[in-house]
Parts: sequence; structure tokens; C-alpha cells
Amino acid sequence: MASVTDQELKQMSQEERVTAFGMRTEQLTGRSLYIEFEEDEGSNFTYPWAPDVDFNKRVEIDADEFDTTGANNKIRELMEEGYGTIVIKNPRGKHSLGVGILSRLNLIIEGSTGYFGVGLIDGPNVRINGRVGWSCGENMMSGTVLIEKNAGSTFGAAIRGGDLVCRGSVGSRTGIDMKGGTIIVGGDTGALSGFMMQRGRMVVCGNAGKNLGDSMYDGTIYVGGEIQSLGVDAVPAELTQLDKDWLTRKLSQYDLMPETGVDHFTKVVAGKQLWNYDNLEPNEKKLIL
Amino acid sequence: MAGTQYRGSEITDVDQFLKDAGGLESEREKEIGQHIGYRYDVNLVPDYDRLTPFLAEYMEVMGWDDLNWLEDVHMGYEEGMPAVFDRNINGWVRVPDSISLPDNQQDRDMIARELLVKFQMSERHPLVALRKVYMKF
Repeated sequence: MASVTDQELKQMSQEERVTAFGMRTEQLTGRSLYIEFEEDEGSNFTYPWAPDVDFNKRVEIDADEFDTTGANNKIRELMEEGYGTIVIKNPRGKHSLGVGILSRLNLIIEGSTGYFGVGLIDGPNVRINGRVGWSCGENMMSGTVLIEKNAGSTFGAAIRGGDLVCRGSVGSRTGIDMKGGTIIVGGDTGALSGFMMQRGRMVVCGNAGKNLGDSMYDGTIYVGGEIQSLGVDAVPAELTQLDKDWLTRKLSQYDLMPETGVDHFTKVVAGKQLWNYDNLEPNEKKLIL
Repeated sequence: MAGTQYRGSEITDVDQFLKDAGGLESEREKEIGQHIGYRYDVNLVPDYDRLTPFLAEYMEVMGWDDLNWLEDVHMGYEEGMPAVFDRNINGWVRVPDSISLPDNQQDRDMIARELLVKFQMSERHPLVALRKVYMKF
């Protein structure tokens, strides 16, 4: 831009600077599909492709007879046959067990699973009697998952909905990038829990490691024990009566209500200092590109 | 009560975003010139005394003790129209004029949840077509 000097550019606002570079400002607007609900939409409770299962129809499968893909295919096959309660025996730490279930189902895993167990689920109620590896319940959309023992790192990574509960302790980066839903930890959680959290609620009945809620954009974290340190832009907030009511209801639901109640819980939210949305962002990108 | 608070500003009127389509309320919204419609306070409890019969049956069918993922769903507003954010299509779905809105946010949230479940579970939902094309298993 030969007509604009460096000195003039420095004195301009960002918007003036972009215009001076020959670019127009663009107002960002929400993505809109202009779809409307219909008043008589129908009253289905499950997806059109979901099998019609009966919770009272129960079956057991021995995971020793299958590899992971085979076991997951068997679950789908049994759901197509109408089984609504499926018990998996001898999981022996298999990875990616019970993933991608998009329908109502009672899934009981008698033992421990490896990494990415019951990820990408939308609807089922899962109970795991043992331990779970990394990223259990990753990208979960809805339903409930209850783990009786401990869980590995990135527990509930990018979860979007539903209740993910671990009665024991979990590793680091619990609920990383979570976008909704509820994560409950009966014991302690490791470092960087709630990292880049965007929405949803996390409850830790025990202690939390270093950098809790680092770079969180939104959402709420409740901690019953000690917090080693808060991360960037994570700040304490007042625990209101509504928070207490919600905590009491949710923790009672999973038999994790502390004997001392919930008054001692610390509430952590985003300080909003990282909310750097900018309507000039597209132009800045063009400048770089 | 859910929906009575809005990130960065107080909602004084349940019809606030119907009357003011721009909805530039908070300092951040004025700065960026954009209404951040999905940032209603989702951390507050739904009033279970206001459950619709459909939602009560939905919870029973799914085997849930509460609204589960629907606790995160609220009635929002897009360009002055009541709308619900559908995470499955990453967009707003508008509430038609033929559906009258109650005078409080809790009941509006319940209607939003019911409409969203019915829409997502219908053959009309875009995910049905996408699934036919892209489904892997």
C-alpha cells in the first residue's frame, strides 16, 4: 500500500487498517439453515434407524470369543434381535469396546476395558464393573456411563452430553474440550482437568491436580477437595443455592453424595479473558494468507 | 431458574430477544457486533415440575432419571425469532409462529427440548439423509 505510510497504519484502528488495505469488513453471523420445526412432527423417542429393543430381554456374551470389532458387531446384531440388556463378560482390557451405540440399551461390562471404551455413544446406559483406560466416553452424546473403579487420562474427552461417572479416581486432562454434559468423579482428578472446556459441568468429589480449568471458555467445575492450582483464566465463583440443589440431586443419583454435604465444594468458572471473538477475523486471515 | 441469566448481561424480560432482534446486550456482543445466541446459562437446574408429558415418557423410555443431554437444551433466539440450537446439524431450528410461547423461560425450555427430540428422531432431519450417504456401520 504505497499510499499509506507505516506511521499512518500505526495510528489507525484495526478496522481502518483493514479498509486501508483494500478489504471490506465482514460481519460474522451465525450459521443458519432456516429450518423450522413442524407442529405435527411425530413422537418418536429414538432415531429412525434405531432397533426396537426391550430392556427386559437380556443376553450375555463372552468377549473372549471375539476381537474388538467382532464384539462390537455382536452387540449390534443382538440389538437388531431386540435385546435391550447386554452383558459382556471377560472384556480383558479390550480397546474401543462398546463404541458408536446410537440407541437405548443397557450395556453391562463385567471387567475392565482399554482405551476409548464406550466412545461416540448416543443413548445407552452403561455400567462397567472394573477400570477403564484412556478417553472413556470420548465424544459421548447422551446416555449414562457408570464406572465402578478408576479411569485413565482424558476421561470424557470432548463429551457433548449425558452423564459420565467414575466412582474412583481419574487421570489427567479429564473432560478436555468438553462441550456439554456432566462428568462426575468420586475420587481425585489429575492435572489440566477441564482444559479448554467450552460447556457442561464437571464434579470432582476429591482433589484436583495442577492447572484446573486451564483455558476454559465456559462451563462449570465443582471440586469437593483441594485444588493444587487453577489454570489460565479459571477463576473461583460463588456457590449458589441452585448449584447446591443441582449437586445434591446429581450426586445422590449416583450414590456419591458426601456425608458432609456439598456446601464445601469450590465452584470454578471461566474468567472470560480469553473471549477474543473478533468480527475482523476473516480479514486478518486473508492478510496472512 | 434456567434461562433468566445471560452471559455478561441480565435478562429483564422473557421476550427480550424477540423484541430486540439484534440482541447486542453484553459488552462483548457490542464489540463484535454479534449476538452470541447459544450462551445462555446452562448451569442452572431445569424445573422438573414443568416437564411435558412427552419428555416424561422420553425419560422413561430411555431409562434415565433426569433429562440427561436435554438439560443443556434451551430456547434461544435467532434474529428475533424463537429457535433451538440443534447440535446434530450445528445450526438453529426455528419455532414456527403457530406454536405459542409461554410467558416464562422454564416452560419455553421444556417446549424447546420436546421440539428438538421430535425433530431429531424424525425422517425429516438432515442427519437421516447424511447417514444414508456416509454411514460406515
